Amino acid sequence: MTMRIPILKLKDYLLVSIQWELDDQTALQFQEDLLTKIHETSARGVVIDITSIDFIDSFIAKVLGDVIGMSRLMGAKVVITGIQPAVAITLIELGIQLDDVMTALDLEKGLEKLQQELGD
Amino acid sequence: MEIQSCVTILNEWDIVAARQLGRNVAKELGFGTVDQARITTAISELARNIYLYAGQGQLCIERLHEQSKTGLRIIALDKGPGIADIRKVMEDGFSTSGGLGAGLPGVRRLMDDFKIDSNPGEGTDIRAIKWLR
Repeated sequence: MTMRIPILKLKDYLLVSIQWELDDQTALQFQEDLLTKIHETSARGVVIDITSIDFIDSFIAKVLGDVIGMSRLMGAKVVITGIQPAVAITLIELGIQLDDVMTALDLEKGLEKLQQELGD
Repeated sequence: MEIQSCVTILNEWDIVAARQLGRNVAKELGFGTVDQARITTAISELARNIYLYAGQGQLCIERLHEQSKTGLRIIALDKGPGIADIRKVMEDGFSTSGGLGAGLPGVRRLMDDFKIDSNPGEGTDIRAIKWLR
């Protein structure tokens, strides 16, 4: 009963909005789906919006960090947007630093950041 | 007065069930969104440790009402291999699984009170409390 997270294409970008609590299988499936989609669409940038996510544990953080690194290997930049205050607080307290991860307040600012980064 | 609810941890789905249980109880007791996130994250880490290291165990949530204080206790029990050197696993950065799960020092920081009892070959008993402020 693995759920698939929809990945939308917008010009050179991919947009993802994670709308529900991630279980392990959904998170791993997403990793694979995103990389496949980058490959299929030659996307140069990805925005992953996690506004609806109210907690992130070390496993989800690792999956997210990994997929960002994997996307970078394929030539696509990833911006995470919509990290809630409670998520930021618990991630740091837990001792997880998502270093080298581009973030922005919301989807709109995330897209702006990608455009700057990619010189569009 | 203590009311306890438990989830048996056998697979990854049980981790989801355990944190949903914890989040519901936290909400019910009146914890704010940040403390709900702390509690949910702590449960997720402890339930994952059971799944990864012991294979199976129990994750219980207790509502605590002591005098004027209200709190939530997480109890993570397993009969797995146990922990030989508790001091070592309580050090930041120590992991036997390459960074998956683990994070007991993190769980301690998320909660107000943290107790761990473990003997090699006998299993592990972790109890962590968050008090309502």
